[in-house]
Amino acid sequence: MPTMNDFRAETTENTATSAVPAIALDRVSRLYGSFVALREVTVSLAAGSSVVMLGENGAGKSTLLKVIAGLQSPSYGTVSIFGERPRDQRGAVAYMSHSTMLYDELTGIENLTYFGSLHTKLVRRSVLQEKAAQALIEVGLDPANERRVGEYSQGMRQRASLARVLLSEPDLLLLDEPFSNLDVGSAQSMITRLLAYVAQPSRSGLARTLLLTTHQAELARPLAQSTLTLSAGRLVSLIETPR
Amino acid sequence: MNYAQHVLTHLRKDLRLEWRTKDSINGMLFFALLVVVVLAMAFDPASYPTMTRQISGGLLCVAVLFAAMTALNQSWARETHNNVLDAHRLSAAPASALFVGKALANFLFVMAVEIVLAPIFTVFYNLHPLGQTWKLLFILPLGTWALVVNGTFFAALSLRSRNRETLLPLVLLPISMPALLAMIQASTAVLTGEFEPTLWIKVLVAYVIVFTTACVLLFQTILSAD
Repeated sequence: MPTMNDFRAETTENTATSAVPAIALDRVSRLYGSFVALREVTVSLAAGSSVVMLGENGAGKSTLLKVIAGLQSPSYGTVSIFGERPRDQRGAVAYMSHSTMLYDELTGIENLTYFGSLHTKLVRRSVLQEKAAQALIEVGLDPANERRVGEYSQGMRQRASLARVLLSEPDLLLLDEPFSNLDVGSAQSMITRLLAYVAQPSRSGLARTLLLTTHQAELARPLAQSTLTLSAGRLVSLIETPR
Repeated sequence: MNYAQHVLTHLRKDLRLEWRTKDSINGMLFFALLVVVVLAMAFDPASYPTMTRQISGGLLCVAVLFAAMTALNQSWARETHNNVLDAHRLSAAPASALFVGKALANFLFVMAVEIVLAPIFTVFYNLHPLGQTWKLLFILPLGTWALVVNGTFFAALSLRSRNRETLLPLVLLPISMPALLAMIQASTAVLTGEFEPTLWIKVLVAYVIVFTTACVLLFQTILSAD
């Protein structure tokens, strides 16, 4: 019988799902010294899920994303991504944080060409540049812009950061407050782009999985097949969003 | 992409960043020149040509070592800004390619400083090498790589430490001692012509092989650490 902290999200919309869950956390806790950021979180998200995570500041949303991405190890409990340890899924998971994870001294196209080359088997630089330019156009940025990322506005940096994660074509996309610095129009176009992204199957043939945190629940509603709520490090609910 | 192409991608990126910011080169050059000038003023090299030949190998190595230290700290700072390192931790590219690319970039920066420094050093210290000068073409790059490969590794290791600027020399200097000793002895042998540098060059080669292999193999663990 499931406990209060034991949740499962299944998707019925995408047929290319796998029996192995995209994300499976079993009694995961994360401590920073004596501070408990996550408390025995148990959750399973099927491949193809699109889940919005809500919670007040300090609820543990960012920590949970980092643990799932494999950037932080859980203090207790186990994490499995597509049935494997997070570190064995390098390249299949992309994470967009509050930081841009881009070099301030490079232009948008230079950044994306560089990061694209780390994720792809493509060798030809011209093909890489073409893909990077396309990724920038899709988030509303001009690939011919000679300005360095350090000179971008906060919104432009956020969009460039999204282009970086989408360029790697991950099976699992983790986004930490992707709309926080965007105006409503930009946020809407980002949502449209994300909807199109999760609708396509990944390179490995699996349905793409999306988990994002936000404080703008209404704005993110189109992306929320399910809504997961955290409070004080505990998983409070995981409910299917009514359509 | 194969391993070599990944290394080249990282190297190209580091060279481009340095070309735009000149953070490492400017700092290193200024520091190294300062050391050379100050030491040249401390005694009169023209009055003591034999002693100058005996100690100038050591002086050059010290100037290069301390100058390199400033660049090594700087090189990883770029990766921590905007949490870029996390993007590397999630990428499918081999982690050690990032390390090798960065070590190669640091090597080129330090070699560039040495190329500028060498003629100035020769003039300031009125040097007339008595041995086979061409051997310096092996000794200096080998010694520089030994310092840089360890320095790049330990700079990455101390990345998450609050006292990383202090920690790096404390860890790097003792572990680089055999390489430093070999580099100093070999260059002194060339400058004085009093003994053969071959043994010290062999020590340097062995050191480079062992430490480069160890650093490349261990870098994945360093990068994956919380």
